[in-house]
Amino acid sequence: MTHVLEEDTRPRDSATAAAESAGSTASLRSMSALMLLIDGRFPAGGHAHSGGFEAAATNEKVTDIASMEQFLLGRLHTTGLVAAAFAASSCLAFGRAAAATDDAGLAAFTADLGVLDDEFTARTPSPVLRVVSRRLGRQLVRAGRRIWPHPLVDELARLPGQGVHQPVAFGVVAGAAGQPPVLAATAAAQESITGPATASVRLLGLDPFDVNALLARLAGDVALVATRAFASASSSPADLPAVAGYLIDISAEVHATWEVRLFAS
Amino acid sequence: MRSHALLDIASSSTPQGVKRSYIERMRSQGALVLRPTKEVLPGWAARWNLTGSTPVKVRIVAGAAGPLGGDQLRLEVTVGAGAVLMLGAAAGTLVLPGVHGEQSRSDVSITVADGGTLIWNPGVQIAARDCHHTTLNTIGLAAGARLYAREEIALGRFGEEPGRFRQRMRVTREGKPLYDQELAIGPGAPGWNSAAVTGKRRSLGTIVLVDPQRAGRPTRQESVPDTAVMELSDEASLISSLAPDAIELGRRLDAAFSRSLAGQ
Repeated sequence: MTHVLEEDTRPRDSATAAAESAGSTASLRSMSALMLLIDGRFPAGGHAHSGGFEAAATNEKVTDIASMEQFLLGRLHTTGLVAAAFAASSCLAFGRAAAATDDAGLAAFTADLGVLDDEFTARTPSPVLRVVSRRLGRQLVRAGRRIWPHPLVDELARLPGQGVHQPVAFGVVAGAAGQPPVLAATAAAQESITGPATASVRLLGLDPFDVNALLARLAGDVALVATRAFASASSSPADLPAVAGYLIDISAEVHATWEVRLFAS
Repeated sequence: MRSHALLDIASSSTPQGVKRSYIERMRSQGALVLRPTKEVLPGWAARWNLTGSTPVKVRIVAGAAGPLGGDQLRLEVTVGAGAVLMLGAAAGTLVLPGVHGEQSRSDVSITVADGGTLIWNPGVQIAARDCHHTTLNTIGLAAGARLYAREEIALGRFGEEPGRFRQRMRVTREGKPLYDQELAIGPGAPGWNSAAVTGKRRSLGTIVLVDPQRAGRPTRQESVPDTAVMELSDEASLISSLAPDAIELGRRLDAAFSRSLAGQ
């Protein structure tokens, strides 16, 4: 009887608790998907790339934690910001198309992604890095379609040509994994530094504790970049950030000519 | 100071078929003073077969120091169908802070119509200590337009750290983006001096080259230090270079440019 009494006297509390419980289950579920998406073991081919770190280590003597920190900051606030903004923007496009119920929504989706892809190409002057970005985009779509099946991810795989750039694909796959655009931006920003950081451990044998402590220190910068990226994501694609890593681009062109290298880029 | 300058170049043909580019409208204001000159085009421009099109040559002369913090400069240029314009600066530009820490802003907007040619060479932008400046250069090309756009930036005067300086260059063709990159240095740009962006070099620059009639892609040449020639599309390429100082930067850009022409 105490049961009935409780339900009778606090019906609203019980309803709120149920809603909260459902909400928190949904948010935990989404968090689980996010952890899967950004796990270094996610099978999208990222492990073969050092994000320009291999070239920087050799040519620019980025061989200790202090110079590594500056490199990661520089990368995060340039190409990291651009990738995060494009990921957030394509995640927004995914959300719009997923909410639409007619063919117009799908047509708008492919048109939006085409424009974003062209804009990202204009922000990737290095032909070597354009090829890498499209290859990583295809690998991500291939993995994403199987892991979080969604008609809009299938649509990405059907696009003619070499596929879309990695950040554009990332926003869509993140959307299919239930992520809001702000988390797509945060994950893309985070990935822009975890790739080179992991590579540094393999290339130079830097202490993994030191490297991960550095990544933890950069959390504030990741949040700042993700916030800026998300704030810009709903603006016109032409106005998305275009901050460039000039030396990363020049080094990538040189790195591609090396006969012996551990990473593809 | 607010300065808003305008320059419109058009082209006409005589009944004999001789093309002439001419200044249709020119307005100087404040810090932006436009002065037509009688220089000759650089030797490589002969490749563009401009003989008989009598190019217009104009230099931007600084009508005031700066830009200083608080200044807003705006330059709008149109190059009409078939017209040829070489637009440059008379000297380097020293970007300085204002008295009260205000930002300065410079906007250059250029369109080039079909068959038009633009050689854009605004000289070295020197980002002085404590400056707080943003430049946005946009160049809109029609399908058949040609472009040589050269930008050079010195990161501080000798022995000084630069202030907050951003410069974005966006080139479109037929309204579609071709090249869009922004340099951000100084206190507002963490890691700008690292191996990701400038790697402690004191100077950097780019040349964007668009030529719908170019004979072929540049072949890979003997490399110039810290410099790369990158293909943007079948008809466009970028030379990007870093150097210890502005003089060496000019040499590297010249060397990579002439080698990429020789490779075609």
